[in-house]
Amino acid sequence: MKMKSISSNEVNHGKLIINTEWCKGCGICTAFCPTKAIELIGEKVTVADIDKCTQCGLCELRCPDYAIYVGGKKNEQKG
Amino acid sequence: MPSQLVEQYFRADNLPQIWCPGCGHGIITRAIAAAIEQLDLDPNKVCVVSGIGCSSRAPGYLDFNTLHTTHGRALAFATGIKLANPDLKVIVIMGDGDSTAIGGNHFIHACRRNIDITTIIFNNNIYGMTGGQYSPTTPKFDKGTTAPYGNIDKAFDVCDLAGAAGATYVGRATSYHANMVTTLVKNGIMNEGFSLIEAISGCPTYYGRKNKKGGPVDMMKWQKDFAVNVTAAARMTPEQLEGKFLIGEFKNKPEPEYTKEYQRIIDSLKGSDV
Repeated sequence: MKMKSISSNEVNHGKLIINTEWCKGCGICTAFCPTKAIELIGEKVTVADIDKCTQCGLCELRCPDYAIYVGGKKNEQKG
Repeated sequence: MPSQLVEQYFRADNLPQIWCPGCGHGIITRAIAAAIEQLDLDPNKVCVVSGIGCSSRAPGYLDFNTLHTTHGRALAFATGIKLANPDLKVIVIMGDGDSTAIGGNHFIHACRRNIDITTIIFNNNIYGMTGGQYSPTTPKFDKGTTAPYGNIDKAFDVCDLAGAAGATYVGRATSYHANMVTTLVKNGIMNEGFSLIEAISGCPTYYGRKNKKGGPVDMMKWQKDFAVNVTAAARMTPEQLEGKFLIGEFKNKPEPEYTKEYQRIIDSLKGSDV
């Protein structure tokens, strides 16, 4: 039923998956990341230190553009 | 592949969405989808209806039965949908101007009827799509393109308005408190009657810029710092509550639902000569 052509602009960092095409660089995810695992470079979110990521999911919860989300059990089968 | 939630409940081929960078609407739309996921509703039994405005773009991204209607009339269309198909879970998404100005009359009467519709008002305090005109929820003395020296109208409290008009479930959350939006929407959908959830959203492009509220992050921080849960507020003094606004569940008072009452009339007349 669904025809879904998804862009391939996704970078899988293991704990986090980032779609750079969808990211508009608003900075909400980086501002509210409790461990500062992500940062903005050139108006796009990028991983600063993946080891700091605790997969709390706050970036995914507050990303207005669905451009960042937590990898792992729930999402890995598709990656 | 996007996240499982987006993959399942969004029309991902329509993404990225059209909203400005840092607009809270995307966060609230995701929170609504999360509520539907947590309730495990059949997507074919959900209908999302909207009017006109920034918020009303939301159903275009959601993969349910969706309807994009005329300005302020989303509730009128939704009432028709619900009466024709009482089994559908009808969800209406409106903006602050769409619901309280253009569609103000439809809004209060839908509340009064207590028809089983869950309405989420994305309140960003301004008309964003048309260029930043002040709306009925723009706070007094705040600026818009049509109020360059400050708006002198008193703002509507959408939740008070809905509760007074007869909505049986009323709550408020913000884009910062996205999980609370999900909880309130879930409760609203479960409530058999008219539910109103006001979701405070930041408009960095117009409201934020006109009123020097900073960027998207500053507006989210404002929501975090100035929102007080209604249960916590009960233990606070008026001085402590100065300048703050309340979030949480304000009203949960079930009453007979409109389509059920309507069906009762139909059933009572069946077989009679009336």
